[in-house]
Amino acid sequence: MSTFLLLTITGLGLGAMYFLVASGLSLIYGLMGVLNFAHGAFLTVGAYGTWFVESKLGGIGSVTLRFLLSALVGLVVGGVFAALVELVLIRPLYLRHIEQVLVTVGLSLATVALVQGIWGNDARLYAVPGWLHRTTHVGGAAIPNDRWIDIAAAVLVLAGLKAFLRYTRYGLIIRAGVENRAMVTALGIDVRKAFTLVFAIGGLAAALAGVLSGIYFSEVDPGRGTSLLIFAFIVVVIGGLGSITGSAVASVVVGLAQQYVNYYSSGVGDLSVVLLLALVLLARPATLAGRTA
Amino acid sequence: MTRQRLGAAVGVAIVFVLAFVPKLGFGLGALLPGALSSPGTLQLLAVCLVFGGVALSYDLLFGFTGLLSFGHALYFAVGVYVSDIAVTRWGWSFATACLMTAAVGLVVPAVIGWISLRTSGIAFAMVTLAFAQAGQILVQKNPRGWTGGDDGLGYDYQHVPAAFVGVFNTKNLYWLALGYAVVVFLVVAWAVRSSPGHVWQAIRENERRVEVLGIPTRRYKLLAFVLGSLLATAGGVVYMLCVNGANPSITTPDFTLMLLVMVVLGGTGTLWGPVIGGALYWFADQRLIAVGGSHAVQSLPGVLRTPLSQPLFVLGVLFILVVFFLPGGIAGLGARGRAGRRGLRRLEAAFRSSPGLGGEGA
Repeated sequence: MSTFLLLTITGLGLGAMYFLVASGLSLIYGLMGVLNFAHGAFLTVGAYGTWFVESKLGGIGSVTLRFLLSALVGLVVGGVFAALVELVLIRPLYLRHIEQVLVTVGLSLATVALVQGIWGNDARLYAVPGWLHRTTHVGGAAIPNDRWIDIAAAVLVLAGLKAFLRYTRYGLIIRAGVENRAMVTALGIDVRKAFTLVFAIGGLAAALAGVLSGIYFSEVDPGRGTSLLIFAFIVVVIGGLGSITGSAVASVVVGLAQQYVNYYSSGVGDLSVVLLLALVLLARPATLAGRTA
Repeated sequence: MTRQRLGAAVGVAIVFVLAFVPKLGFGLGALLPGALSSPGTLQLLAVCLVFGGVALSYDLLFGFTGLLSFGHALYFAVGVYVSDIAVTRWGWSFATACLMTAAVGLVVPAVIGWISLRTSGIAFAMVTLAFAQAGQILVQKNPRGWTGGDDGLGYDYQHVPAAFVGVFNTKNLYWLALGYAVVVFLVVAWAVRSSPGHVWQAIRENERRVEVLGIPTRRYKLLAFVLGSLLATAGGVVYMLCVNGANPSITTPDFTLMLLVMVVLGGTGTLWGPVIGGALYWFADQRLIAVGGSHAVQSLPGVLRTPLSQPLFVLGVLFILVVFFLPGGIAGLGARGRAGRRGLRRLEAAFRSSPGLGGEGA
């Protein structure tokens, strides 16, 4: 029972990271029709930004303060990087979806290579508050504390995104844009500002996933972005392209499936996720047309 | 018609010249690792030719049918790993191993294509990537010690035809690779001019309209998918011989992206373009490592040195520039009129008219 509980919480923690990446992907796709391959690069930039600042802040304040400060910088760097990518690379290719995808592909290759060139292939570590490395006993299971943070972060982002989309003017424009972009433009609203905004939001969420993955896997390395991105793709397809709630449900399912199968059948959890995707596609191809934010 | 004949004559002449490369005793300065006839150069050129062919097999899907697959590396890897495992782990003869590889190379894309083609456009890209990822995981899991995991799997030379083994036989490998590239070129050239080939290009231009005509588009797309994959599988076998076995780097998502870069660089939806793009890309990738380690680059200040010593950074940036400023790729440079230069933009329709895809408000 305690093992099951541990697997469940760990699976939810993993799912939380998938959600942080997938929500941005899904939002960007829903509004702009862009498959953002560079989303993994946003994650990498956020994680390395955090690591870099943390390594330069030696001796200032407590570990907790240093970590929070560097994580904040990492998030801002990820968000700004994403907004710049939209402004400089995506916007000039407006409505040319295939070229936009290809540009993000090139960007993801170049970013990972650059990070490898500057900081090497080795895994990097950053100091995090000791509490995150300890465990909490729940129902007989010793749960690593960082899992709670992952889950809480994902729930907050989900609630925040939902509230933002529902109650703010920009949220309204984004929802309307997902529904019918041409009509929103015809009403005289500049949708392009919303484009930059969703990229920035997506970049922030991905950078947050980067910071958290540095704790979850207890290291930061150049390839992490791409490997998490692939699972985020699976999540987005299962959950329905463009649907935030769908992504949330799918990331929980994928994270849990991966953990359970990994434990009960000697490490084929990753393959089971691809199998799950195949089954979903065979059973319900209709989900893919889902386009509600 | 005369233009076509002229093209064919030039093509035959180029293949003829290429066939004589192993007989040429001179080098090309810093461009090549040694004289043209040296084993090092021949092996590099052989792999360039293999990637030229594999890139063209990918263009059959992407450029001619409008299918953006992110999983083409998987079918190449099937060729590399199945043939290698059959000769090395199971001790089969090379001919039997090739038959087995061909069978797997037909069944795997047929099944995966059948499932993936339930989606289209961007979702298809994501799903094919997921399947390719499953292939990579499988290789890394190293079931029964067959794939060798991260270490790769060197082939057992006793079960490989003697003509392809050893440094002195590198010229045979080169000719084999040249033959492979020529065969892929001829097959793709024939296929895109055949009746299914016309349907593929019609699907690329406007899938819904083809559907309305009563043509089962999914079946035709599956045909293109299986044919392209089978050609890539064959390339995998040749590659396995060229590099003496299998290495897991060809199963990564980066490898599929590399094929995409090769095609776009050369010219999407053309025959010559991807072959040139594939060969040039690999050549640049390999030689940039040498240039990156050279004295000239190493003596630059760090701000310039670090990016320049990373081939993938240079090629990634180059790729972005090509997408922006040269959508027709290398093939678009020489093409007359706007049609030739459209390249990538010709694919736009395939992504706008696909059912269940965003951008319909455009």
